[in-house]
Amino acid sequence: MGVLSKIFTAIRGGAREAGEAVVDANAVRIFEQEIVDSKNHIKKAKDSLTTVMAEKMQAARKVDAIKTDIAENENYAIKAMEKGDEALAVQVAEKIANLESQLADSQGIHDTCAAHIEKLKSQIQGAERQISENERQLNMIKTTESVHKATAAISDNFMSSGSKIINAKESLERIKKRQTMREDKLKAAQELNSDDFDTSLQSKLKEAGIMETDSSSANSVLERLRAKK
Amino acid sequence: MNLQDLGLHFSDASLEGYKFECQIISGDVEVLQVVIEGFEEIPIYISATDTQILCIAYLWTEDEVNPETRAEMMEVMLDMNIPMPLSSFSRIQDRYVVFGSLAINSRMDDVVNEVVTLGENSVEVLTVMTEFLK
Repeated sequence: MGVLSKIFTAIRGGAREAGEAVVDANAVRIFEQEIVDSKNHIKKAKDSLTTVMAEKMQAARKVDAIKTDIAENENYAIKAMEKGDEALAVQVAEKIANLESQLADSQGIHDTCAAHIEKLKSQIQGAERQISENERQLNMIKTTESVHKATAAISDNFMSSGSKIINAKESLERIKKRQTMREDKLKAAQELNSDDFDTSLQSKLKEAGIMETDSSSANSVLERLRAKK
Repeated sequence: MNLQDLGLHFSDASLEGYKFECQIISGDVEVLQVVIEGFEEIPIYISATDTQILCIAYLWTEDEVNPETRAEMMEVMLDMNIPMPLSSFSRIQDRYVVFGSLAINSRMDDVVNEVVTLGENSVEVLTVMTEFLK
């Protein structure tokens, strides 16, 4: 049974009470042990993999060497036949037959190693998948436990500090009240600022043409500069 | 992630003009309490496991829920889970919460961002959902 379904069952069974373990400690130990076991499997499989890969490489080298040897001897045999030295040709042919049997053996070892490597690789993949699955499940248990313990710590802290637990509505009222107060202050400050600079009076004067507006003062600068020329 | 370091980071941090006050609560599990200036009533509690950082804001208890509209409240929570940025609804024992979780190797600034979002979301949730409370 997966952990999620265990948690589901525990929650339905009323295990939401403080301090109650949602999943028993035994399950945690089992998961942790399975992870350790899988990691050991992987380690062993990787050790074997290294050995078998080396064997395969050795066999491949041998196969190549024998093939070269055979090709070389075939040449000799042909040359012996061309020279009409039948006896020598037979000797070389026997050697080739011997080499071919060695080639079959080495090729056999090579193929067995290759198959073994495939098997080990898929075993390692399987074990790795198992580990991540177990870790994911263990995570669910640990997170659930951690949240419950954290909540317990927060509640204890609240009680020991003697704070009064206020309800959500009260909290919201207080927050809103503070927000309104801050906004009011901000507005008041803005009004104060605008009074300081007398902007409203300034804009009235500008509108009435008594006070020069910004653009016309730029014009006046240009006029002054032209006059200097 | 070391919660003490995170607390120090919060004390120096200021995101969108928010300031923070931090306190470590010790227990079976260490918890960092972060109070956001302006949202003092809804502290954010941060705890860490091997793989994730959990930020939780407690909203209200089962006692505060109006039993007549309880089912409707649950449906609204379910519907709002995805639209609500970075946070989700949940329940721990008899307390309804909004929470956000981050990978354990997140940057501290990501946690700060998460906490601010969580604080703002919580106030918003309280504002729109008080109608379901007694």
